[in-house]
Amino acid sequence: MQAGAAAPRAIGRADDDHALTAVFTAYVTTATIWLVIATAVGLLLAFKFGAPDFWAAKYLTFGRLRPIHTNATFYGWASIGLVGVAYYIAARSCGTRLYSTRLAWLGLALFNLAAIAGTIALDLGYNDGDLEYREWPWPIRLVFLAALLITGWNLIGTVLRRSSEDIYLSNWYTIAGVLWTCVIATVGVLPWYQHGLGQVAISGFYMHNAVGMWFTPLALGTFYYAIPKILSRPIYSYALGVFAFWTNLLFYPLLGAHHFLFSPLPWWLQTTAIVFSVAMLVPVWGGSANYLLTMRGRYRDMIHSYPLMFIFVGVIGYLFGSTQGTVEAFRSMQAIWHFTNFTVGHSHLTMYGFVTFALWGGIYALLPLATGKTAGRIGLAAHFWMALVGSFIYVISLSIGGTVQGLDWVHGLPFIQSVVDMQPYYVWRGVGGMLMFGSHLVFAWNVWRMTSGQPGNAASPVLDASTTAEATA
Amino acid sequence: MKKLLLIAGGALGIYLVIVLLIAVFPAIDLSGTPAGPGVKPLTALQAEGRTVFVANGCSYCHTQQVRPLDEDKVFGRPSAPGDFAWQTPELLGSERTGPDLANVGASKPSDVWQYIHLFDPRAVVPESIMPNFKFLFHVVDQVPLGETAVPIPAGFAPATGKVIPTRQAKALVAYLLSLKQTPIPGYVMKGSMGGVTSAAPMAKAEPASAAPAGAYQYVASKGESLFTANCSACHQATGMGIPGAFPPLKGNAAVDAADPTLHIRTVLQGAHGVIIGGVKYDSAMPPFAGQLSDADVADIVNYERSSWGNHARPVTPTEVAAVRAKGP
Repeated sequence: MQAGAAAPRAIGRADDDHALTAVFTAYVTTATIWLVIATAVGLLLAFKFGAPDFWAAKYLTFGRLRPIHTNATFYGWASIGLVGVAYYIAARSCGTRLYSTRLAWLGLALFNLAAIAGTIALDLGYNDGDLEYREWPWPIRLVFLAALLITGWNLIGTVLRRSSEDIYLSNWYTIAGVLWTCVIATVGVLPWYQHGLGQVAISGFYMHNAVGMWFTPLALGTFYYAIPKILSRPIYSYALGVFAFWTNLLFYPLLGAHHFLFSPLPWWLQTTAIVFSVAMLVPVWGGSANYLLTMRGRYRDMIHSYPLMFIFVGVIGYLFGSTQGTVEAFRSMQAIWHFTNFTVGHSHLTMYGFVTFALWGGIYALLPLATGKTAGRIGLAAHFWMALVGSFIYVISLSIGGTVQGLDWVHGLPFIQSVVDMQPYYVWRGVGGMLMFGSHLVFAWNVWRMTSGQPGNAASPVLDASTTAEATA
Repeated sequence: MKKLLLIAGGALGIYLVIVLLIAVFPAIDLSGTPAGPGVKPLTALQAEGRTVFVANGCSYCHTQQVRPLDEDKVFGRPSAPGDFAWQTPELLGSERTGPDLANVGASKPSDVWQYIHLFDPRAVVPESIMPNFKFLFHVVDQVPLGETAVPIPAGFAPATGKVIPTRQAKALVAYLLSLKQTPIPGYVMKGSMGGVTSAAPMAKAEPASAAPAGAYQYVASKGESLFTANCSACHQATGMGIPGAFPPLKGNAAVDAADPTLHIRTVLQGAHGVIIGGVKYDSAMPPFAGQLSDADVADIVNYERSSWGNHARPVTPTEVAAVRAKGP
């Protein structure tokens, strides 16, 4: 009787694994397609800074492609990819199957439907007011909200099935991130309090919360699962992770108005934003320390593990990018950097150096565990180094250029001088962008190998204790 | 179950409270901000122009907010809450790859300039990296009745045919020209940085006519810089203007005259429909009295009077002050 019950259970588990792998694979694959599309557009945009008359036709004009680049990166690549990783982490860390595979597929369809419809709408000129990161027409944003609700429902359902009493920290971050973003999407879409200056207040809130209460928690959740998994050791401090979770929740939502320093928004709102931009150092440094201390003593293992390298860069990107955000938020700094390309450098340091590297690390660490297939070391190396060097060139050139731009203004030079002075930095940004885009093509190839390729002979992303420095030390 | 409820429910509940306090409640309050003096809603055509502006993503490179900082003075007075009463969607923007547009209707009041600039920005600003918006124009062999061809400078015009704006272009220009800051008597931005920080030079602006007469010395580089910032978009760095649209300053009788009064007055008060060298120019020139000090105007006037082969005697800020005092 018992043996008879165990056999179907084993078969059932194999089916569950299969279903989970299929879901994870599909999310990663569509996310990768969005990354390639979004950054191809980004590269074209970078080129247009030097050749403004190149492809200046209606459907290829800069102002239509720019929101396509940002929204496809945000809601195509990062959102879909992170949700795929979150599903895998939820099922595995809870030792259960997904609450509903069907809902996961439905969510994926809705995420992609929203991104496709949003991209087409923006190209046709249906832009909801140039309001950053919520440019898609509102019905399309409701589709995205529906996908979020389904995801939240499904993640919660999965965690409710867990075999242990405890809820692993990663799931705190991912579930809360999805729930918070449902609130953000709702607040962003309701019209009643969004007239004139009221809408400015919502824009400040929206554009920073959509980043910091969505991508940040999901990427951090990925860190909390992937780092211990790769290193086969627990996170340094669970309590510190919990502390960072609650402080992030208390501080982050309040700093949105720092996008509108010196604007006609109430001065108290701007000052509040600055104060909490500084307070963010607490969860950022606490969280980063937690990851770095988990890796302590095992840094040499990065030689064996590109997934760990990606994650390490992601952690450093989080630490530097967020700290830079705090520094930028001061009025004295904003007087120089606001409206300049420094901000563009900052957004790429965070969305790329932090979120995208974190997601790559998560995918490289976890997807092979699901599919049993690995990408070759050469592919991983090519992706890593091109992306790293490319983003360095990108961020550094725009940081210097943005500072020059800001100082030109402070010194009262004719405005056009700042345009002229930016030219060499735009060229370098394009060079960096080209490397980054090239690395995405390699990444797409790697994803293909991890999903559709031959079962690999390359090393598992999980570092076996016998091969690591710790064991030999 | 209980644990999940505590974490997820707690995180969601706390977040909702914060969001209401920091975003929704302030937004409700700010949505009721009354319009400032003279701030009017857009006309139907201007509103249509705003949708063209939004559809083509103009606000990704152009802000519409002037900060209470010295460096922003070139764009107008600091933006006030009342300026935005009719502005939904808000187009404050986040980047200045191009200049701020909060007051562009006042600083570039000529529709002809706006059309030429949209058709090919480099026709009027050689260093511009703004894309052309030729798709907002038609090229026709015969200008239809009731339409006016845009005088695109040679070298930028199509090989054959005349350029006429589409309805979208007309609406867009109507919107751009509607972007004019209204004067607010005695307006001082409450939140100016005054004393908060010393990073940005916050030199006190000299009152319009306070420059001591004896202290003035014309510096050509300053004159050129002010000319570039304020004048060259129309009159061009070459001083040749745009034929049929903006008059030349080179060899211009008023600029090269021994008596500088007309020259100074034109810079201070602007001009409209003047005849220069037998050609009538319909484009409006904006007044600069409100934003340039006497010394600045003297620098510009002296630059124009000594460049491109012009050889008129230099002027002093005192002379500018005298013309300013007489008013329009």
